[in-house]
Amino acid sequence: MLRLEEAMIEQGDFRMAADFTLDAGRKYAVIGPSGAGKSTLLAALCGFVPLAAGRMFWEGRDITGTPPGERPMTMLFQDNNLFPHLSVLQNVGLGLRPDLRLSAMERDRVTQALARVDLGAFAQAKPGTLSGGQQSRVALARVLVQARPLVLLDEPFAALGPSLRNEMLDLVQDTVAQTGAALVMVTHAPQDVRRIADEVIFVEGGRAHAPRPAVALMDDPPPELRAYLG
Amino acid sequence: MKYLTFATATLAASAAWAETPVLTVYTYDSFVSDWGPGPAIETAFEEVCACDLNLVGLGDGAALLARLKLEGARSDADVVMGLDTSLIAAAKETGLFKETPVSADYTLPIEWTDPVFAAYDWGYFAFVHDKGLTPPTNFKALGESDVSIVIQDPRSSTPGLGLLMWVKAAYGDEAPAVWEAMADNVVTVTKGWSEAYGLFLEGEADMVLSYTTSPAYHLIAEEDDSKAAAAFDEGHYMQIEVVGTLAGTDQPELAEQFLNFMVSEAAQTVLPTTNWMYPAVTPAAGLPKGFETLTVPKKALLIPAGDVPAIREEALAEWLKALSQ
Amino acid sequence: MAQGVVAIIQQSISRKSGISAGLAVLALILVALIAVLSRAQAGAGLGPSDWVSIRFTVSQAVCSAVLSVLLAVPVARAMSRRRFFGRAALVTLLGAPFILPVIVAVFGLLTVFGRGGWINDMLGALGLPGVSIYGFHGVVLAHVFFNMPLATRLLLQGWQAVPAERFRLAAQLRLTPRAMFQAVEWPLLVQVVPGALALVFVICLTSFAVALTLGGGPRATTIELAIYQAFRFDFDLGRAALLSVVQLVLAGGMALLALRFVPSISIGGGLDRVMPRWDARGGGQRFGDSCVIALAAAFLLVPLAAVVLRGVMGLPEMPLAVYRAAGVSIGVAVTSIAVMLALALPMAGWIAGRGKGGAEAIGLLGLSASPLMIGTGWFIVINPYADPFDFALVVTVLVNAMMALPFALRILVPPLRDAVAHYGRLSAMLGIGGWQLWRVVLLPRLAPQIGFAAGLTGALSMGDLGVIALFADPDRVTLPLQMVRLMGAYRMDAAAGAALLLLALSLGIFWLCDKGGRWHAEA
Repeated sequence: MLRLEEAMIEQGDFRMAADFTLDAGRKYAVIGPSGAGKSTLLAALCGFVPLAAGRMFWEGRDITGTPPGERPMTMLFQDNNLFPHLSVLQNVGLGLRPDLRLSAMERDRVTQALARVDLGAFAQAKPGTLSGGQQSRVALARVLVQARPLVLLDEPFAALGPSLRNEMLDLVQDTVAQTGAALVMVTHAPQDVRRIADEVIFVEGGRAHAPRPAVALMDDPPPELRAYLG
Repeated sequence: MKYLTFATATLAASAAWAETPVLTVYTYDSFVSDWGPGPAIETAFEEVCACDLNLVGLGDGAALLARLKLEGARSDADVVMGLDTSLIAAAKETGLFKETPVSADYTLPIEWTDPVFAAYDWGYFAFVHDKGLTPPTNFKALGESDVSIVIQDPRSSTPGLGLLMWVKAAYGDEAPAVWEAMADNVVTVTKGWSEAYGLFLEGEADMVLSYTTSPAYHLIAEEDDSKAAAAFDEGHYMQIEVVGTLAGTDQPELAEQFLNFMVSEAAQTVLPTTNWMYPAVTPAAGLPKGFETLTVPKKALLIPAGDVPAIREEALAEWLKALSQ
Repeated sequence: MAQGVVAIIQQSISRKSGISAGLAVLALILVALIAVLSRAQAGAGLGPSDWVSIRFTVSQAVCSAVLSVLLAVPVARAMSRRRFFGRAALVTLLGAPFILPVIVAVFGLLTVFGRGGWINDMLGALGLPGVSIYGFHGVVLAHVFFNMPLATRLLLQGWQAVPAERFRLAAQLRLTPRAMFQAVEWPLLVQVVPGALALVFVICLTSFAVALTLGGGPRATTIELAIYQAFRFDFDLGRAALLSVVQLVLAGGMALLALRFVPSISIGGGLDRVMPRWDARGGGQRFGDSCVIALAAAFLLVPLAAVVLRGVMGLPEMPLAVYRAAGVSIGVAVTSIAVMLALALPMAGWIAGRGKGGAEAIGLLGLSASPLMIGTGWFIVINPYADPFDFALVVTVLVNAMMALPFALRILVPPLRDAVAHYGRLSAMLGIGGWQLWRVVLLPRLAPQIGFAAGLTGALSMGDLGVIALFADPDRVTLPLQMVRLMGAYRMDAAAGAALLLLALSLGIFWLCDKGGRWHAEA
């Protein structure tokens, strides 16, 4: 579905190679030591960092030079996922139309998405008045309405407590199950891998290794992964 | 049919509009302000001319000339009013003015025979002070005293230039010495008359270079008789303000009519209490009450217009040298 | 990470309109200069008096800049570490002298420091010799009055930028005041002072009205004054053009240097926040700080009070024409704000997308160019083809907008950079670009700064007297011009009233725009 072909990602002195395929509807966890390039990998997939070499294909179509807004991905960052000066409804509405002029039908879709994440009563609230967990749910509601086939998460729940994180991750699973999207998630916690992922992408030593089935990999990690896991 | 009527009506209206000729007069700012002579002059002239008088205010006298040079022959102006005798030579040099016959019974202290420019008002330069001060009686006495004065820059102000000419006319080659003696009396040199007068009124200096008619304003408009003009033995330099026609005018008859109007009774009665200068032709009813209290100098000084440019260069250099010490 | 994203955002933030705005400003200046040169007769270059004026200009600018900033340091230091009633108001008022119309402020200063002023009256009563405000020192004093408050604000910002942790560390280590200075305050001063110095230098270099009234004589001629004389009296266009070029080079050169160092001008919001500090607790230091703040406040407020007092007495004497002129001035100010925003926002967007702020130099050029030169140049260009009077307001508005442009850019660029850094990726991913990006994301994020820049522009343009004089539309007179006319007709009291009206309107516009921006941000 998504194919990275002999891609080379460069940022300053940092270089990383990647060559793998991602399938539809599968859930991938991206793990690796600090500074290995996990976030950079996601940024490259999204189009924020151009490929220095190689190409990217989506269902056979070359999207190497496509701007981020036109790619089939959506991403949740570590922070700044919502515009503080827009209401919850508007923030989610941006997933449908960038100019905020929602038709009645589109507005309904937004309300439904908010209901799904249990924030139906907060449509007019501003993000600043919501808790961290609620803000994450708004972002997820937007993912729901965008319904893009590939969802990227760059540790967006890092600031939440353990039980809240698990709750969010479950919600994420529900969301992608509903939209049928594939999920690529950066995480530092091995238990998340076991909880959610189908496959694991290990990023280390200037390379993003090809996805390997999660459970098998965690049960029998190769030396570098063992060093990272401890 | 409707269109035809409309078109005819428009044509007729524009024809009627085109009937009213417009006379454009460039003058200085204080003339056109609502409390200057402008409004009264405009009303009076439009009554007799069947035209539209357009008074345009442009800074001061020097700015007037600079603007003319900038516009050149393409200028829209028909008449220029507000230059003074010091600027006449430079104005004639531009070649933009033409002779205009004006008949007037001038009551100036000197004879006025310029064929290009008509005089409409005049005054004597003088140092104005509060009556409580005993002023020096001539420039040399001023230099020796510690009376503080505020004056204007001759490079940007006609009164400033007037003072320069005054000292030069009275003292000729002794002028540099007179200026050097006065240098320590000078509090500051301002860009224009209004800043200097404002400073004087705020108490920043004992005397300010202004006109003998300045106390008349305070007396008549503010009922305040505390100001007086110091009479100097050497005599006082005159400022005569003139009006002339531009050669490129498209309204020569109107222009001539205007020039004659300005020296006529109608205009001359307006000027004393709006422009605060002596009228060039004393009105039949005489000067307004209060003017008789003004200082009248024993002698009137004036450098011939043609000699001004050369003398100005020399005097300016002397002035700069004396005051830059 | 940031680089790549910024490059993408750059395309969205209409790089083309940013560059065109910058080119428009450049064209405005250069076309005028060329027009003036074209009418100049070949003549002598700069005379000896011109060199005198250049020397004077540079020396007073240097003195003013150094004094303003040096005096601002203790004031900023004291204000940054004290909390007191009215602190927020004082911080806002620090912006007041800068936006005051110069001639109004000069008369205020004279009421306090002049020969017939309050200080001399006091000294006379005590039997001490008086002080004269005229001359080189008077010019410097006036410049310090205008610019020290601005410098204080810039330095205060530096203090605000120090992370709270550093002060906590200093408190834990129980640093002596001297060690505190070395460890914490010196580095921040090194960062902020050069830029403040350069900015004040450029402002003082192009000063005009101050030298006029307080100069004391022909020794005190600034380049701008010399340009004025060359245009008005000598009509020596060649000399005027040459002097304009000299001024452009001097100020422009310093401006380029300043760009490397000039700190961003933040709004009151951040400055209101008092950083908790544990140093300088001693009674002696507290007393010292209080004295410094009191002196600074007095220096700032007393001349302002003088203007108000004088004006109140003159208010009843004002003719109706003054109120009409006030209406015209407000109209011009509002239009100037609109034009400034149309120029500044695209340019800020373009600059924010670049690594270094080299492009801001174009904005600072606007401050370095003589408005009289620009007005005359464009007059020469327009006159053959159209009646310049028709263009009076257009040129005035353009020049006003240009004068405020460097400050607007300094105010808008940093928050724009921040907004791009925080929300650039999100916007790119959601496909928000071009005009949508401005409407949905950037303008709301920048509302407080836009309000501040708009307020500054409006206030500066209310007090402007420069270009309008040349292009004056006789039927539409602005308030400063009306005030000058009153002065020219002996009516000093009425002029003082007009000055007060001008002050009130300038501050009013500033406050309205500034508050409006902040209210919008909080809504």
